[in-house]
Amino acid sequence: MENVSRRNFLKISSIAAGGSLMLGFSFLSEAVEAAPAAAAFAPNAYITIDGTGLVTLMAPNPEIGQGIKTALPMLLAEELEVKWDKVKVELAPFDPKYGSQVAGGSGAIRSRFMPIRQAGAAARMMLISAAAQQWNVSEADCTAEDGFVLHKASGRKLGYGELAAKAAILPVPKDIKLKEPKDFKIIGTRVPNIDNHQIITGKPLYGIDTRRPGMLFAIVARPPAYGKTVKSFDDTETRKVAGVKNVVQAHGVVAVLATSTWAAKKGRDVLKVVWEDSTPLESTADHDAEFAKLIQIKTENPPRNDGDVEAAFASGGKVIEAVYELPNLSHAPMEPMNFFADVQGDKADLFGPTQVPAQMRQEVARALGIPPENVSIGMVRQGGGFGRKLRADNGVEAALISQAAKAPIQLMWFREDDIQGDYYRPSSMAKYRAVIGPDNQLVAWHASAAVLSSGRALSDAFPAGAIPNFRLDNHNLKSNIPTGPWRGPTANVSAFSDESFMDELAHELKKDPIALRLELLEKVRTAPVSKVAYNPDKFKSVIEKVSEISNWGKPTQKNVFQGFSCYYSFNTYVAQVAEVTMINNMPRVTRVYCAVNCGRVVNLSGAENQVQGAICDGLSHALFSKITFDKGATVQKNFHTYRFMHQKDAPLEVIVKFVQTEEAPTGLGEPGLPPVAPAVANAIFAATGKRIRKLPFEFNKNSFAQPGTEKRV
Amino acid sequence: MATFKITVNNKPVTVEAEPDTPLLWVLRDNLNMVGTKFGCGIAQCGACTVHIAGQATRSCQFPIAGVGTNKVTTIEGLSPDGSHPVQQAWAEVDVAQCGYCQAGQIMAAVALLKQHPNPTDADIDAGMTNICRCATHYRIRKAIHLAAEKGAKK
Repeated sequence: MENVSRRNFLKISSIAAGGSLMLGFSFLSEAVEAAPAAAAFAPNAYITIDGTGLVTLMAPNPEIGQGIKTALPMLLAEELEVKWDKVKVELAPFDPKYGSQVAGGSGAIRSRFMPIRQAGAAARMMLISAAAQQWNVSEADCTAEDGFVLHKASGRKLGYGELAAKAAILPVPKDIKLKEPKDFKIIGTRVPNIDNHQIITGKPLYGIDTRRPGMLFAIVARPPAYGKTVKSFDDTETRKVAGVKNVVQAHGVVAVLATSTWAAKKGRDVLKVVWEDSTPLESTADHDAEFAKLIQIKTENPPRNDGDVEAAFASGGKVIEAVYELPNLSHAPMEPMNFFADVQGDKADLFGPTQVPAQMRQEVARALGIPPENVSIGMVRQGGGFGRKLRADNGVEAALISQAAKAPIQLMWFREDDIQGDYYRPSSMAKYRAVIGPDNQLVAWHASAAVLSSGRALSDAFPAGAIPNFRLDNHNLKSNIPTGPWRGPTANVSAFSDESFMDELAHELKKDPIALRLELLEKVRTAPVSKVAYNPDKFKSVIEKVSEISNWGKPTQKNVFQGFSCYYSFNTYVAQVAEVTMINNMPRVTRVYCAVNCGRVVNLSGAENQVQGAICDGLSHALFSKITFDKGATVQKNFHTYRFMHQKDAPLEVIVKFVQTEEAPTGLGEPGLPPVAPAVANAIFAATGKRIRKLPFEFNKNSFAQPGTEKRV
Repeated sequence: MATFKITVNNKPVTVEAEPDTPLLWVLRDNLNMVGTKFGCGIAQCGACTVHIAGQATRSCQFPIAGVGTNKVTTIEGLSPDGSHPVQQAWAEVDVAQCGYCQAGQIMAAVALLKQHPNPTDADIDAGMTNICRCATHYRIRKAIHLAAEKGAKK
């Protein structure tokens, strides 16, 4: 066994740097320097095979519960030809050599499916080359299987560990040969969450579990309302609390540092902060009043404007109109916002939950006034994301507190800090109008929507392309309350209004809701009004599949009412049928059927789990969740008023089926969520004749005391 | 500060803490047992669920002074190696997404199964009030039924 020299690693590194998938070797060359005797094969940033045959795979993207720490290494293992239960998987730290390390936009599998497989395949080819050279046979006569290279003609075999040192000095191949999908052994199977054992046994896994020598717990006093800032504070009483070590002001908050969470919290509770009004204190009622005005106005640059909607509205057909309202939502990841930071001079060591480590490094460096190279960001399994950690405020705050206190600290927000300190899914209002022509066809569709601060409530989606006169207007109401991405941005709003309105139109047209969608998609397929962003055939694939698995129109049980919805987002098509049963005049969602076309599924268990979770997540928010503001302060402070579903509210069954396809994977973390609220609202209409045009449902015993007036025909 | 002698996972431990300190923070900060999680601090989400004298208890609202001689069991003490039938069911059904709330969910499920060794869906509806922000409710229900089959009542 030869020792691998640092020089050889660097040689491979320089070759690798030219390729698209090889991203540098500093981490590995350091490891070799630390243990010069270990013969390790590390052809790229993602794979290390040591002399004993231990295969370590690096999971490069932040793990927020979307299963990426399992799915990306599966791709490596597939192409590398190793047994899944023999590999060790590690979450990579932040390092530019790992490419784009982001958890957002349902993009990790989409963007990494090919390059990660290539990384695995390159390693496999190098191991085969090493064996072929050793045996003095042709590479073509060798195969790789379960961590061995085999020469079947002679019956010889060598383990990857035995080949590691030899493979390490070979050049990285230029033409990388990927496996044929028919030969996949891991991709498409059910692989359990890689961290299951640690999760079920309560091992330290999350940012909040970080413990470092000398670390102080930091609990902060945050502004009690948007519009308020710190004027002054008096920490006399705080400093009397046993365990409190320091009080510092940084990042617009006052931080109490103590030797335990409870001491810091008690210290924070007796801190006297004087807040002053720096900008107006806004309320939801005022936003809603402004929304109502904005939605009457046309914008200068509508994202879509086919035909002439005004002429169509004046043409004398039947006009249908509805207004939909959705609330602000907090992300409220289960693990409260936290971050560890140790700032010493011009160096900063950070460790904690973020969906955007690269951005965090930049922002921390800027805030501290030090070079980005001096900031390390360690990554950790995260207790949920939902978009909350797409901004770096938690890390920046922790770094500034550590800098001010000259101590390693772990920042943690209590839940009340999180609800008030969030940026929110924007509240919105949308006015929809449609015209039914004399031949019972839709001739016009106009939606005009307003949202709080940033974001949009409408997207250029189905049924665009199927209706000759079609216009969208998006308005933003300027506010000092920040809004931002929340699982399925835009789609989580527009799906509710688009798909509820479509159900209303089906009712008006006296057409089956599914038949109406299929009819409109057929128009897009054969004679689109203009270009559309979606593929009508793929849309049909999920609609037809869910229609079949749900036995649409003929529920198998008595007193079960069905509602349908479909939506396209993150390149993925989803159709759902929700079943509702009225129990004591209250709807219970008993079952949700879902068909998904997301290209090839990588991890069947993880993929199903994402969609099942997205359905229950969407339903939970539709049932209960809203954030309203009173003079800049959230009315909801914690989980007693910002509510989530319990088991009694959850569907008893969630049936998810994927359309079988050979196409490359598309997004999956988000697309399952948007269709559920309208599917359920449409089912409730079928059950009660009541239209629901406002979220959350917030049903009470009086909601359905009177029968609905719009009984479905 | 006061001294408390309590029994956690069948081991006697001594901690120095203010009497009003919630058991959650004693476990996490004093004893460095971080499997029990903080979610809301107001006993709404159940991420901090432990057993006190066999009863599922939300430890974020339970002061250390109230523990006395009652035995405390945490997720770390449910089994030495993750072999408790409820833990096994959780792994087999592949319940977890982010996983953060699951220690509390498992502790709540263990308590539920002691009362209802073969729970109906209605028993699960009534007994499981922990929040899962990833909304893994469907798989939690499946795992509880599977754990019942595996004999979690033992």
